[in-house]
Amino acid sequence: MALLEVKDLSISFGGLRAVDDFNVSIEKGQLYGLIGPNGAGKTTIFNLLTGVYKPSKGKIELDGKNITGHSTIEISKAGIARTFQNIRLFDKLTVLDNVKVGLHNHNRYSTAAGIFRLPTFYRTEKRMNERAMELLKVFDLDGEADYLASNLPYGRQRKLEIARALATEPKLLLLDEPAAGMNPNETKELMDTIHFVRDRFDMTILLIEHDMKLVAGICEELSVLNFGKELAQGKTSDVLNDPEVIKAYLGE
Amino acid sequence: MGTMSFLSYLINGISLGSVYAIIALGYTMVYGIAKMLNFAHGDVIMIGSYVVLTAMTSYGMNPLLAVGIAVIFCTLLGILIEKLAYKPLRNAGSPLAVLITAIGVSYLLQNIALLIFGANMKSFQSVIGTKQIPLLGGDLLVSMTTIVTILSCVIIMLVLTAFIKRTKAGQAMLAVSEDQGAARLMGINVNGTISLTFAIGSGLAAIAGVLLCSAYPSLTPYTGAMPGIKAFVAAVFGGIGSIPGAFIGGILLGVIEILSKAYISTQLSDAIVFAVLIVVLLVKPTGILGKNIQEKV
Amino acid sequence: MIHMTAKLSKNVRSNAITYGIVLVFYAVVQILLATGNLSSLMRGLLVPLCMYAILAVSLNLTVGILGELSLGHAGFMCVGAFASAFFSKYMAETGMPAGIRFVAAILIGALMAGIFGILIGIPVLRLKGDYLAIVTLAFGEIIKNVMNVLFIGKDSDGLHFSMNSAVDLHLKEGGTVIVNGPQGITGTPNQSTFTIGIILLLITLFIVLNLIQSRDGRAIMAIRDNRIAAESVGINITKYKLMAFSISAALAGVAGVLYAHNLSTLIAQPKNFGYNMSIMILVYVVLGGIGNIRGSMIAAVILTLLPELLRGLNDYRMLIYAIVLIVMMIVNWNPTCKAFREKYSFRNIKARMKTAKEVR
Repeated sequence: MALLEVKDLSISFGGLRAVDDFNVSIEKGQLYGLIGPNGAGKTTIFNLLTGVYKPSKGKIELDGKNITGHSTIEISKAGIARTFQNIRLFDKLTVLDNVKVGLHNHNRYSTAAGIFRLPTFYRTEKRMNERAMELLKVFDLDGEADYLASNLPYGRQRKLEIARALATEPKLLLLDEPAAGMNPNETKELMDTIHFVRDRFDMTILLIEHDMKLVAGICEELSVLNFGKELAQGKTSDVLNDPEVIKAYLGE
Repeated sequence: MGTMSFLSYLINGISLGSVYAIIALGYTMVYGIAKMLNFAHGDVIMIGSYVVLTAMTSYGMNPLLAVGIAVIFCTLLGILIEKLAYKPLRNAGSPLAVLITAIGVSYLLQNIALLIFGANMKSFQSVIGTKQIPLLGGDLLVSMTTIVTILSCVIIMLVLTAFIKRTKAGQAMLAVSEDQGAARLMGINVNGTISLTFAIGSGLAAIAGVLLCSAYPSLTPYTGAMPGIKAFVAAVFGGIGSIPGAFIGGILLGVIEILSKAYISTQLSDAIVFAVLIVVLLVKPTGILGKNIQEKV
Repeated sequence: MIHMTAKLSKNVRSNAITYGIVLVFYAVVQILLATGNLSSLMRGLLVPLCMYAILAVSLNLTVGILGELSLGHAGFMCVGAFASAFFSKYMAETGMPAGIRFVAAILIGALMAGIFGILIGIPVLRLKGDYLAIVTLAFGEIIKNVMNVLFIGKDSDGLHFSMNSAVDLHLKEGGTVIVNGPQGITGTPNQSTFTIGIILLLITLFIVLNLIQSRDGRAIMAIRDNRIAAESVGINITKYKLMAFSISAALAGVAGVLYAHNLSTLIAQPKNFGYNMSIMILVYVVLGGIGNIRGSMIAAVILTLLPELLRGLNDYRMLIYAIVLIVMMIVNWNPTCKAFREKYSFRNIKARMKTAKEVR
């Protein structure tokens, strides 16, 4: 049984089929890539998977549970977390607090406990701090826990976004162009981090990427999207050598 | 008689609405281009009215000349306010900072007027005259002021639309309101365009002031505040940033206000106006003619 | 682990400074009062000072922490004032002990304002930015206007309501009009004192600061910084927006209780419950620092005292106030001025000297 099972997923914007009968099946622990030219509908698929858009057709199952048409919050609780193409951090919160917001739904105490500083407040906050610092350490961000998120350099902001997503304890992690704007060294480091996250957290990862080196380096399987339609699917090496895929990417 | 009184209320409403529309035009243009709520706009109306009053009573000027002077005075005042108070904060990164400064300017204008003219109400003699014109075979009496007000509003609206559509400066305004950065790259003088917008808005405020005080002939330093707020409501009502929206919003607001005063309750008329605004915004969050913008994920 | 403990204690220290400032202020005023060094004018300002500080702190929760511009804060204050004054008058003859009655009045004022916060917040918080601002302004004006046409009377049959006139209440003999339309409520017991004002201010600070520095506060600020990201990690946007908005409203209601029980006649006028009041509170918040709770409290006190301190200048005082406001905004927010201040701020000069030393 696959962790993520997507069947005939479709959405239209004003007559335009942005995503057209998209199918994918991702096994637990897999590193899966979603590639395609700009405007192919990759991010739209992420928005459909996370409930930002409601699909006009199709079915999404996570771990055997139907989550089609569920709200973003329900889907987050069901176990899908994401990062964004244009980084979306909580700029005026500290690095530590950014991760603690990610821990929000798994570490609870009442509003009254927070205002009146009941014992559950101290207990839970302590647990959250420890957990957040653990996550920050994975991304080598623990030294900057007290910085404002907006003061981090670009590459580290991307890492913080991944740490925040992991804090929600997802089953599936969606990364939207994690290497965008990074230099080759940073990309290399990011590849190691993604591998590490997969192994350490036993995570299933679906990522969108333009950097073919990164894709070829870490993805086990790929789907190629063009004009909202699936162009090819399969083992990374097979897909990247597919003449149709090369044509879509390089033109004729 | 019922229909006649209704008609007369309706005309009064359109007349008051015309004043709101002229003020709202100033609000909406400044909002569209400088992306700020110019809270002092209402007080420019009041200053304009005092200028007309002084020119006519102290210097015995001809009404038309007095209005002309008031328009020039307010135009310069608008440019000055923009340069001194708003421009330094244009890149402050917080719309609130400019908003509070505008509130400061509003207090400033009110208190300058208070110092010069005192807190006592001054009676404003109508610039237009108090002649009543019989319509529909004499059953309906409409004052000259009402007719002039409505006509002025229509003319201003038409001239302004033509100005924006047909002149280079008008096109520059559109460009700046769409994207300041891109407009600058295209060689448009952004500072000049913003100044021009304030100039036009403030000049219109002077005209609105004269018309308002001709219809409701009492003038205090606080005269401009409430019409200013209502005109702002009208601008939001119609879809802020949209010139036809300001016109429609203004007229609707005036009609609703006068009709609810006449048929429901004088004290509650403002509440009704605001309630209608709330309903409109809840149904169409960007106003009647406003563009819908959705954030891209 | 050092960071976390450092951060917790940093919050604790910052809060202690805030509470400390209030207590020191209280002590200084008490000394001035005891030695008779406070003019009657200043004595009259003591309760309003607490009230404005509470209003500024509570509005900062909406504007600074939630990040939504509200121009209707005075409306919630109005609800709190009328609800509590009504309660106090209604209970006046029941023989309820005055102290308990006042505490109950405070709770009722807060509760009613909070309920209005929820009722208004549900539709309004879907809007954004300037639209939200204008709709809150509209609600504030509606509340003020409705209070001016509301008549409530009491007789042996119970309560009677009318929107027309006191006569329309058709009260039986011996019945009394409690809320009298444009004449408002008269004869509210004068129970607000400076000490009670300070206590309520401390409670307000306690609630707001602890809320901000807790799980819920983080969620609220996350929504402010990036709504879409907050939603993606499972934060319930509506719930937390409403929470911040209604707590802010309830605390404004508390300020209203203080106001109502400081005067013998409570009338809803433009100058006490109109948009001008809401704007004045917003001025405190922005000048004190958006999101800076302590700053908004201090700004409220200084700006309330300023016109009084300038009273010697009589006619010119409001003019000076306006100019000070404009100049302060420009100095605070103009990018060039900001850069200049950062370059020459005491803290940065100290830091630069320190690094220079280390380099050597």
